[in-house]
Amino acid sequence: MNQINHHLTDSLLMAYSAGSLTEAFSLVVATHISMCDDCRARAAAFDTVGGQILDDDATEAMSESALEATLRLIGGAAPEPRTPTTRRVASTFPLPLQDYVGGDVEAVRWKRLGGGVRQMILPTSDTASVRLLYIPGGAAVPDHGHRGTELTLVLQGAFRDETDRFGVGDIEVATEDLQHKPVAEPGVACICLATTDAPLKFNSLIPRMLQPLFKI
Amino acid sequence: MTEIDATSGPAWALEIAAIRDKQDQAAFRRLFLHFAPRIKGFLIKSGSPADIAEDCAQEVMATVWRKAAQFDPSRASASTWIFTIARNKRIDVVRRERRPEPEDLPWGPEAETDQEDALVLEQETERLSKAISALPEKQRRLIQRAFYGDLSHRELAEETGLPLGTIKSRIRLALDRLRHEMK
Repeated sequence: MNQINHHLTDSLLMAYSAGSLTEAFSLVVATHISMCDDCRARAAAFDTVGGQILDDDATEAMSESALEATLRLIGGAAPEPRTPTTRRVASTFPLPLQDYVGGDVEAVRWKRLGGGVRQMILPTSDTASVRLLYIPGGAAVPDHGHRGTELTLVLQGAFRDETDRFGVGDIEVATEDLQHKPVAEPGVACICLATTDAPLKFNSLIPRMLQPLFKI
Repeated sequence: MTEIDATSGPAWALEIAAIRDKQDQAAFRRLFLHFAPRIKGFLIKSGSPADIAEDCAQEVMATVWRKAAQFDPSRASASTWIFTIARNKRIDVVRRERRPEPEDLPWGPEAETDQEDALVLEQETERLSKAISALPEKQRRLIQRAFYGDLSHRELAEETGLPLGTIKSRIRLALDRLRHEMK
């Protein structure tokens, strides 16, 4: 595993554990947790809180036939055996992301955004979009601020912005006050998974005109 | 040998193991009587109508039976594991959405649960439970509302006042052991 320096916030992990994040945010969180055992353990700690709330909660009487009805649902079947899973074949994308892309990085259907930058929007039930971004080494992502929270998870390569360096597995949680200009490190292209809960605000005219076209 | 309280965490873990190993219907009945009314109450507080909450609680308990072999007491107590099944059911039924899940850690037949790990995790879960009960009423209500799905991540405070450090460290140790065994 890579050394990961930038992690999820407690409020995002708690909301993921509580099940109140949107599908787009959940995808980015689940992908980061797949790469980061520290956040996996923190998420499990929040699940423990959920378990205690469930256990301490006031009860609501079940119907009289509920147990028999449940046994009918089970239908006399034995519990499923625990299937040993093998180590995942080395890939750029963790499995939750591969589910949405339809495979690893070579399965991505990129669309060009200009300047060598490419993206693919992933289908979710959300109004907020989640997308993969491909930024050639040394290139910049168009200068932007945002109205909501923006999550950017690095899957390949690295980028830098005003705040720090972000390498594979690192996640940047940016709020509306951050006006940043991420630049991919020279060398291998930087591939990121990014989502916002509000549309981005671009500061120059051209990307702003392209915005409705590319749904960014 | 200390006696295990019949309604404590370790006892529930043993009932789930009995379902896994012996398809023990009596064990399932005891789990059902304790957890099904709590799942139903939890779903109603999360905004489900009573009839849907009843159906979902039955389906959650059927999943507990089917997936009994996936329960790992060194990483989660029984109530934690059942909570995650109930939460996923709520997202699936009420919001009609998928919930992307992290990929499973690789595990094989040699990755047996470490009994001492499981016991220490239960003690930590118990300690956390007491800490939640000891929180000021207002704060406890806020955490409950978060888990009923009433609050967005932006409405949640970064500082919850929950002492999660030790339980996180225990789970982290269990994950490290699992990774090590699979090397």
